[in-house]
Amino acid sequence: MTANLASVAYVGAAILFILSLGGLSHPETARRGNLYGVIGMTIAVLATVFGPRVTAAGLPYIVGALLVGGAVGLYAAKKVQMTQMPELVALMHSLVGLAACLVGFASYVDTSIAYQGAEKTIHEVEIYIGILIGAVTFSGSIIAFGKLSGKIGGKPLLLPARHWLNLAGLLAVIWFGVLFVQAHDVTAGMTPLIVMTVIALLFGIHMVMAIGGADMPVVVSMLNSYSGWAAAATGFMLSNDLLIVTGALVGSSGAILSYIMCRAMNRSFISVIAGGFGTGGGAAPAAAGGGAQPQGEVTAVSAVETAELLRGAKNVVIVPGYGMAVAQAQHTVYEITKLLRERGVNVRFAIHPVAGRMPGHMNVLLAEAKVPYDIVFEMDEINDDFPATDVTMVIGANDIVNPAAQDDPTSPIAGMPVLEVWRSKISLVMKRSMASGYAGVDNPLFFKENNRMLFGDAKKMLDEVLVALKS
Amino acid sequence: MSLTIGIPRETFLGEKRVATVPEVVEKLVKLGFSVAIESGAGAAANFGDADYRAAGAQVVGSAAELYALSDMVFKVRAPDADEIGQLRPGTTLISFVWPAQNPELMQQLAAQQLTVLAMDSVPRISRAQKMDALSSMANIAGYRAVIEAAHHFGRFFTGQITAAGKVPPAKVFVIGAGVAGLAALGAAVGLGAIVRANDTRPEVADQVKSMGAEFVPVDYQEEGTGVGGYAKVMSEGFQKAQLETFARQARDVDIIITTALIPGKPAPKLITAEMVRSMRPGSVIVDLAAEQGGNCELTVPGEVVVREGVTIIGYTDLPSRLARQASTLYATNLLRLTEELCKQKDGSIDVNFDDEAIRGATVIRGGEITWPPPAPRLSAAPAQAAKAAVAVPATPVATKKSGGHGGAGEPVSGRSLALMFGVGAVLFWLVGSFAPAAFLGHFTVFVLACFIGYMVVWNVTPSLHTPLMSVTNAISSIIAVGALVQIAPPIGDAGIDRPAALILGLAVVALALTAINMFGGFAVTRRMLAMFRK
Repeated sequence: MTANLASVAYVGAAILFILSLGGLSHPETARRGNLYGVIGMTIAVLATVFGPRVTAAGLPYIVGALLVGGAVGLYAAKKVQMTQMPELVALMHSLVGLAACLVGFASYVDTSIAYQGAEKTIHEVEIYIGILIGAVTFSGSIIAFGKLSGKIGGKPLLLPARHWLNLAGLLAVIWFGVLFVQAHDVTAGMTPLIVMTVIALLFGIHMVMAIGGADMPVVVSMLNSYSGWAAAATGFMLSNDLLIVTGALVGSSGAILSYIMCRAMNRSFISVIAGGFGTGGGAAPAAAGGGAQPQGEVTAVSAVETAELLRGAKNVVIVPGYGMAVAQAQHTVYEITKLLRERGVNVRFAIHPVAGRMPGHMNVLLAEAKVPYDIVFEMDEINDDFPATDVTMVIGANDIVNPAAQDDPTSPIAGMPVLEVWRSKISLVMKRSMASGYAGVDNPLFFKENNRMLFGDAKKMLDEVLVALKS
Repeated sequence: MSLTIGIPRETFLGEKRVATVPEVVEKLVKLGFSVAIESGAGAAANFGDADYRAAGAQVVGSAAELYALSDMVFKVRAPDADEIGQLRPGTTLISFVWPAQNPELMQQLAAQQLTVLAMDSVPRISRAQKMDALSSMANIAGYRAVIEAAHHFGRFFTGQITAAGKVPPAKVFVIGAGVAGLAALGAAVGLGAIVRANDTRPEVADQVKSMGAEFVPVDYQEEGTGVGGYAKVMSEGFQKAQLETFARQARDVDIIITTALIPGKPAPKLITAEMVRSMRPGSVIVDLAAEQGGNCELTVPGEVVVREGVTIIGYTDLPSRLARQASTLYATNLLRLTEELCKQKDGSIDVNFDDEAIRGATVIRGGEITWPPPAPRLSAAPAQAAKAAVAVPATPVATKKSGGHGGAGEPVSGRSLALMFGVGAVLFWLVGSFAPAAFLGHFTVFVLACFIGYMVVWNVTPSLHTPLMSVTNAISSIIAVGALVQIAPPIGDAGIDRPAALILGLAVVALALTAINMFGGFAVTRRMLAMFRK
């Protein structure tokens, strides 16, 4: 295949990737979008393999690597449970990051393509930045994976003077970057490059460690964005337009998702990235921070009483949260939904934009349980309907239904848009205990007069509710 | 400084409501205001002067005295010319105004140097719902419409089997399932009637069913609804089909309640004289659109008439006929608005134009007409707007956010936009001055691709965020191309010193890693998407 043909194939692949992202905008076209992505990727890989820059000698290695990697990937995709999607995505981001690092190093030690003057400097800066982004993506994603899978605690780790640490890291990275570009040969440049990689890895760890569990959706989409930028930087490094285009597409889409998530929490991107929760400077963890401590009695109910409440209702809204994902309760939720709908009850789902641990997490779980997507509503669509709702069931959610966000200007989550479940006739919160949510803020909802609490594991309790409903 | 809120007696003929009730007076006083009320203002709504006094209001003998001491005036109906003359310049007036229908009134109010907040202009956003007096009043009108119908209807609503024989249940048909329509449905179902409803917006069918009523769709599916150009088709063929549906219902039901309104236009004629004739004698029509000309051709606004043996109720003051309830709800709406105006709770007000709700409601500020407000920041879905085209129920439909994130078109403030362009220009200048030509080509591609990504991703529905991330993740394995070109580049044996084994090793590992991502990412996306179903 000639160089021109390969270039044309790249253009085709780039268009298919754009169509793929566009197709993902609506459930009807999403499957086709995914297919476009697959075709685009196939074209890109084939055009490269059979293009002018790969000789036949490489084929065995290529086939071998693709087979091994592909088998692992397909196996993981088949085995993963829908509740584990955030972990899987985070882990995959780390692979892209690591691959970007490796390609960067390989490109640096490869002396077969010699550059001169400004071009050499630019090429080296590209390598440096590519490895930097790759390393941050890699270590950050590993930590995100650890946090999401529960291997590392969800609470933010706030080192003293962490902003200064980050700043020092940044200055060191720039300093070593200057050393790196001034280095005369590969051996001399290697030391600053490796030191920078270590700093970048530490920076990635530190950055994600400092972010609280509730901000995870932002982090996951931000890492998604980074993996794109890493690909784009690699593209600059190798003068490959397809990599640049695709990397930029992924990078900007991840950045937009992060922005959307931040807006859904009424927080600025900077404050999420700076870590912790609320006030800067890392003074006090939010749990002790401002806001009146809600007082009063909570009304606990049993599963049978819950079933009674549901039986008497005509309009029911279900608000799922991370607790539903943890308890794997989505199938039981749908069983209950189906039963109620057969009895003529209008059951709908209300999804907060940041419910769960990654963007759209709840929608995926509900889809897995076969909940039709036309009864699943966004916050803005359904918030007005709560006053006309008889029973709102909150399953394992906390901060996203916290009235303090509206009522209490001193609350750390003040101003965050929330689902106004307290305006329904009865709100029913399923929780394991009275513990506060990830934001570490107490929830005055629990003490409201029209609120009922159903304590216990969501799955177990819902099973009991289902049995009681059927009897 | 604490302001004085004055509540005059409503002078409009037949108006029984009052703009505040004793319960709310207490809360206004807690907000730091003084409250003065004209003697007898609440009498028609069964609130005595003593009740107000007990709640902390000052009762004033005459309207003139009241206007003289008030900094703010709460009213139900807009003031007439005489009342406007008594208002002190600088006073803040809150009442129904209907600025679109009453341009002259607006001029007079502005000439008096007033600040006017119109309760009918409160934007229909969720945050402002607590101040939405139109909905409160529509709710009452819907309920009262059923009560009026029951009063004029010669039979039970509920079916009964008695020793004296079987009584069939009354059949009620409600046109328009907005706030008023739904309230009417609820009330009629509560009385035991068989209730049906129709609305041009098919999505309200669920709400109708949730009230225990039956939704009667317009039989127009087979002629291709739902494709593009929906509204156009609707205005011709749909209207005909709609009238046929109504005619069929008219022959069958005992009571028709119509609530169809188009904002700023005469009400659509949905019940023809022919249909009235086809109804059984003794049937009742309640026309909630009477004030705008009526949905029924034979309606006489403000009156009850009997035509062709059918009683047609055209009252235009239904909320006023439930004066105590209407006053309480209206007073609460006003209280909520006052709370928004008085965030400090110190008895002063701040007409804050950055607050979307207050901006929308304020039609005149300091004598300057500020109506209409700039378009709300929500972007309405075009399809929905089209569907609502023919007959909008008694209150205008709230504009819903579109599938995306609503704010896509949200304009950035001028200053930050200028800043962004400035920074961008500097960056571009730097790049242009120092970078070599080869880099510029890539740079162009990069910047354009970023923009395409931005455009493409903005409209993704939130429910697809996870699949989107997993597909972009899979696509980012394009980095495999980078690894591929390093495995065995065609450099020949030119004798270049190159650690080939090391490069090969690194590239193969990188390729295997991205392959995991590539295959795994697409496969898991596929698996996820297969689960999304309607």
